[in-house]
Amino acid sequence: MKVLVPVKRVIDPNVRPRVKADGTGVDLANIKMAMNPFCEIAVEEAVRMKEKGVVTEIVLVSVGPAQAQETIRIGLAMGGDRGILVQTDVAVEPLAVAKILAKIVEAEQPGLVITGKQAIDDDANQTGQMLAALLDWPQGSFASAVAMDGDKLKVTREVDGGLQTVSLSLPAVVTTDLRLNEPRYASLPNIMKAKKKVIDTKSPADYGVDVTPRLSVVKVAEPKKREAGEKVADVDTLIAKLKSAGAI
Amino acid sequence: MAVLVLAEHNNAALNDATAKTVAAAQAFGGDIDVLVAGHNAKAAADAAAKLAGVRKVIHVEGEAFSHALAEAVEALVVPMMSGYDAFFAPATTTGKNVAPRIAAKLDVMQISEITKVIDASTFERPIYAGNAIATVKSADAKKVVTVRGTAFQAVASTGSASVETAAAPAGPFKATFVSEELQKSDRPELASAKRVVSGGRALASAEQFNQYILPLADKLGAGVGASRAAVDAGYAPNDFQVGQTGKVVAPELYIAIGISGAIQHLAGMKDSKIIVAINKDEEAPIFQIADFALVGDLFKIVPELTSKL
Ligand SMILES: Cc1cc2nc3c(=O)[nH]c(=O)nc-3n(C[C@H](O)[C@H](O)[C@H](O)COP(=O)(O)OP(=O)(O)OC[C@H]3O[C@@H](n4cnc5c(N)ncnc54)[C@H](O)[C@@H]3O)c2cc1C
Ligand SMILES: Nc1ncnc2c1ncn2[C@@H]1O[C@H](COP(=O)(O)O)[C@@H](O)[C@H]1O
Repeated sequence: MKVLVPVKRVIDPNVRPRVKADGTGVDLANIKMAMNPFCEIAVEEAVRMKEKGVVTEIVLVSVGPAQAQETIRIGLAMGGDRGILVQTDVAVEPLAVAKILAKIVEAEQPGLVITGKQAIDDDANQTGQMLAALLDWPQGSFASAVAMDGDKLKVTREVDGGLQTVSLSLPAVVTTDLRLNEPRYASLPNIMKAKKKVIDTKSPADYGVDVTPRLSVVKVAEPKKREAGEKVADVDTLIAKLKSAGAI
Repeated sequence: MAVLVLAEHNNAALNDATAKTVAAAQAFGGDIDVLVAGHNAKAAADAAAKLAGVRKVIHVEGEAFSHALAEAVEALVVPMMSGYDAFFAPATTTGKNVAPRIAAKLDVMQISEITKVIDASTFERPIYAGNAIATVKSADAKKVVTVRGTAFQAVASTGSASVETAAAPAGPFKATFVSEELQKSDRPELASAKRVVSGGRALASAEQFNQYILPLADKLGAGVGASRAAVDAGYAPNDFQVGQTGKVVAPELYIAIGISGAIQHLAGMKDSKIIVAINKDEEAPIFQIADFALVGDLFKIVPELTSKL
């Protein structure tokens, strides 16, 4: 089975984002970028499935600027086989990403797509579910365990009340949650090998997808600041303070 | 204008997130209908009919709805949307699972986790783990929105809407329910608890998490939360995770114990009214947003606090 893994280039999760003074967005100039952590988990899961012999080929796709090539390379170094960069400088919204991915699915015919559950920049949590709908495929979102079960895929999902397990006919879309696995670091030899793997470069127009945003950003502002409060000396003082604040 | 609100429920009872989503729909404007799709869910439908400001409840029964499978809910909702200008769902794991499918089928860009309605096409929503608040305007004819519960005040249960039944779409669906493992607890639900006690990596084991965090929570009648690190290490179950990619809470009182205060954790709790942090490192970032900071060893402080309350 072939697996498609969409990977997004985002701000490094260890960097604190700063709002631009003109209120048009978040300042990404000279900011360290990384593969979205949930996409790393998606790549790792695909690689593990390949190691188990369930998966034969892993195709990585990124929709983004030329530098998203580096993001694909990270995934290739982790064990992906080849990449497709759909290059654009537009900040493509989940709906348009899903439409591009649907076209790639049509061409590549994978049996499974594994996306992250959420990109840590837009915090949208949409793309995988949208792709599943566009393809009329079933979905296992927020997965913490994935296993083949005959010709079905059993997916355990992290839900508000605990865990839910569903059975999906294939092809299907899975979106990853944090507990699915712990992504490996690419070894130096694998990073070297990844340099020789093929990345095709395409454009949204190649797939006939209009990436004009549907949402316009009116402004981006800092959240309300919370001031640091006071140090309390001991438990008795804390209880007294909480009582006078009406909290207990 | 008319809005279809997806009810969050467990068939027997309506989840508080529904009343908060109705409040957001009211801010949007127009007639509000609430869809209760479930299995033996009459009690939930009747509770939805009591929500203030609701025009009618549409009650749909079907086996596939016993666990709100996304494929089934999509098949039900998409045809209904010809009669509505907007679809609002709570930003719960159910809403997040289902709403994007509906948006894609309607060719609409979903607006996720809104915290404010500015007008019928403009909304506020946090991005970058709440480090920025974006105001976005949708150019789509219909709006598909998920609603962050902590940002809206639940409507009262003073209404008396009519309840209509509608037919369930014919299956089978490509996904089927296998099983679930739900946390059973008498403690208040994390997302709507008035007080929350959360533990972090410092608890160092599930036994100590239970031994130190739970008695304090019970003394306070609080819900229990955890950091990602505590969940990843197995000290607490996954549904305890508070943060950017877990649950967002905004209780009257939030007590963070042995939690450093990474931006991803703050994203889930920094709108709490009063924040108490207990941490042995006086440089811990959590102290930058805490109202009351107690520097010291949690294994000494927490038992003392629990016994003195
Ligand atoms: C994609 C992504 C998503 C994430 N989503 C979330 C999320 O939703 N929620 C979340 O919480 N995190 C999330 N994280 C993880 C986050 O970045 C932090 O790693 C995590 O919050 C740290 O948990 P912690 O504070 O318990 O552990 P640590 O950072 O290890 O902090 C432990 C703290 O305990 C203190 N301590 C140790 N011993 C004692 C003692 N005896 N007494 C008192 N204090 C003590 C230490 O001083 C320290 O401050 C996410 C990360 C990524 C990359
Ligand atoms: N521009 C993109 N390129 C590749 N994959 C993407 C892109 N945007 C989103 N995705 C995928 O969709 C997941 C969820 O993103 P989102 O819906 O934006 O929160 C990500 O983890 C990726 O797997």
